[in-house]
Amino acid sequence: MSLEEQQPDDDPAELEAAVSRGDELAELLGDLVIGREEHMNAPGLVVRPDEVQEALFKLRDEAGFDHLSCLTAQEYEDRYESIYHLTSFDDRTDEVSVVVPTSKDNPVSQSAEPVYRTADWHEREAYDLVGIQYEGHPDLRRILLPETWQGHPLGLDYDQERPQIATLREHANPLEKDQRAEQGNTMYVNIGPHHPATHGVLHVETVVDGEQVVDLNPDIGYLHRCEEQMCQQGTYRHQIMPYPDRWDYISAGLLNEWAYARAAEDLADIDVPEYAQIIRTLGAELCRIASHMIALGTFALDVYGDFTAIFMYAMRDREIVQNILEDLTGQRMMFNYFRLGGVVWDLPEPREEFFEKIRDFLDGLPEALEEYHDMITSNEILQARTVGTGVLPPEVAKSYGATGPVARGSGIDYDLRRDDSYGYYDELDWDVVVEDGCDNFSRLLVRMREVEESAKIIQQCVDLLEDWPEDERNIQSNVPRTLKPDEDTEIYRAVEGAKGELGIYIRADGTDKPARFKIRSPCFSNLQTLPEMSEGEYIPDMIASLGSLDIVLGEVDR
Amino acid sequence: MSSEQKPFVTDDTQVQTETRDARMAGADDRFNSKLREAFGSSPFILTKFDKFMNWVRGSSMFMLQFGIACCSIEMMHTYAIKHDLDRFAAGVPRASPRQADVIIVPGTIVSKFAPRMKRVYDQMPEPKFVVGMGSCTISGGPFQEGYNVIKGAEEVIPVDIHIPGCPPRPEALIYGIAKLQERIANGESSPVTVKPYELEQFGDLERDEIVDKLAAQIDEDDLVMRYNWADSP
Ligand code: SF4
Repeated sequence: MSLEEQQPDDDPAELEAAVSRGDELAELLGDLVIGREEHMNAPGLVVRPDEVQEALFKLRDEAGFDHLSCLTAQEYEDRYESIYHLTSFDDRTDEVSVVVPTSKDNPVSQSAEPVYRTADWHEREAYDLVGIQYEGHPDLRRILLPETWQGHPLGLDYDQERPQIATLREHANPLEKDQRAEQGNTMYVNIGPHHPATHGVLHVETVVDGEQVVDLNPDIGYLHRCEEQMCQQGTYRHQIMPYPDRWDYISAGLLNEWAYARAAEDLADIDVPEYAQIIRTLGAELCRIASHMIALGTFALDVYGDFTAIFMYAMRDREIVQNILEDLTGQRMMFNYFRLGGVVWDLPEPREEFFEKIRDFLDGLPEALEEYHDMITSNEILQARTVGTGVLPPEVAKSYGATGPVARGSGIDYDLRRDDSYGYYDELDWDVVVEDGCDNFSRLLVRMREVEESAKIIQQCVDLLEDWPEDERNIQSNVPRTLKPDEDTEIYRAVEGAKGELGIYIRADGTDKPARFKIRSPCFSNLQTLPEMSEGEYIPDMIASLGSLDIVLGEVDR
Repeated sequence: MSSEQKPFVTDDTQVQTETRDARMAGADDRFNSKLREAFGSSPFILTKFDKFMNWVRGSSMFMLQFGIACCSIEMMHTYAIKHDLDRFAAGVPRASPRQADVIIVPGTIVSKFAPRMKRVYDQMPEPKFVVGMGSCTISGGPFQEGYNVIKGAEEVIPVDIHIPGCPPRPEALIYGIAKLQERIANGESSPVTVKPYELEQFGDLERDEIVDKLAAQIDEDDLVMRYNWADSP
């Protein structure tokens, strides 16, 4: 615990503000607080494992922390620790970390599920990977690894060389003879993990009564690629950056890279030159367009049911974006373009041609969007399928920690680009898109309108870059060859990814590799809302809801 | 096996064994042997007809619509406009494995998914072909050291064509498919190098620490896949 740790290099005013906010909250909680910590992003309050709920209830109801952004679990030499990263939808910069230490021989801590519904999956994940148990959790099972898995892979004493066994028992044969129960007229249907409508390898266990969904349970973990372990094995400077590209792999690479860059730069106190920030903003927004295009295309695919024109049109526009990104970064998808302290290289020469290319794309975009609106949003079939289906009320969305277009489609005005600004966003002129229909249609509309906003941002970036004086094109600041952030510094930072709030927690231990690297994936939280939206609805509406959540399994499972 | 008492112990043991035996017995069994059976071994016309069938097979391939990870995005681009795999008579994605000839494995395979992929593969009718797309299907790619990652598709199913890259560009995928078509038309098939991660009956496994630990939970007749990282490449 880093009680006495003061961040010498942190902005003193900011630090002071954080400390006083910490005092305020500690006072609010009174005796519940048994210790204090200082994280770089927020004050940390240490709470006894059997008083978690009480503390969280107080923080939620009296201090306005209505957003459990992330839960980080980790094992130290002498204890386990769960950190609840709380913040609020109204004021993203107001953050607090609730730290719950538990002993080594009895890692049991109270569940936060009654306070924040999203804690359900987060705690299951913590149990699965680290091995902390949560008392009072409704359903504490493994979530990412198979049920038969032995050991907790992110624990300290895990032996990776041990053989593991996966049974087919959980993978019941779908072609098994019908099994009929004596009573009842519901039917159990497996959707996925190989199914065209699940957008990857998601398994949805559904119980249907006729055409209606009675019970629904997303089963994830079919693409759990150990991203956190990979990042914990890599050195800060170069070895981690390639992995973020593969979390949300729908061309949202630069947005993800930014999440890591932001966390690590704040952790190691690295500045980024303004010029590089503009390039980053430009690239990131191009990625957002590409990513929303595929969301659009596959959503149409789900609703209309075939590789129709819309899908092809969306792909056409994506190809253009990918070409631009390829010119910029050298790769079509896995860019690896950001570096800590800037970007890897300057814009491609000849610059005019590059700008020309972007301008051409932007000029064609309104017409393309018009076309989409003609084919999609003003189409009667689509409207019938999406308006008023998959309803997600704002309170429910908040309680599940939904962010990104899913939250904004439910009328929650929350966008990290504005609320916790980074990069060059606060210098530019753009709007946060909010729709308050709360249904599949609103979520679709949010994405389509966000494409326009992104185009606005790109336009401004291009103008800025074009006029940038030639001798001030500084793409990277000076960064030490090996980065070794101070021991026991902890940080949690998030950016607005294509799907929502993409956060990263890093704990440094004085070496050149992170001691704990935790990824908060927006899709993981968004997907949790699926049962809420679909139970009691028709099966096809469930498919439409799943499409409108726009999940990507690489990020759900990590 | 009596499926009444043990609902999840499936009859596809037999299917699997047959598949495996066919794989191991000889390469060319992967091509339709029904014709051979019907005509016997002699007639001249059979060779010609065989050849014709091979050519037909290569010229009209139904792909399985099967996405796993990042590579599937590039695969979608390959199917869609600009690259349009359909030009090469191989671009009709089928949603059901029962209707597909070729499975492109586009991504990282993890321990939870491997049995499912194996099942999808087993459900495809013979003759069937596998294209491994991306480094992940070769060796586990960037995630090779992961505790949960299968180190290549060949641990689970036989692969005809490997396409390296992370992800391979659509052009590379098209080249790989074209190569596959060429091989099919020539009646060649790849050597089968599946590693022993075939399904096993739990009761047959050597009794080591983990098996003993699980013995209470798992039925002797259950089919399991075993991942022995230490022996992996
Ligand atoms: S090879 Fe690379 S791009 Fe393809 S699935 Fe693996 S990590 Fe993703």
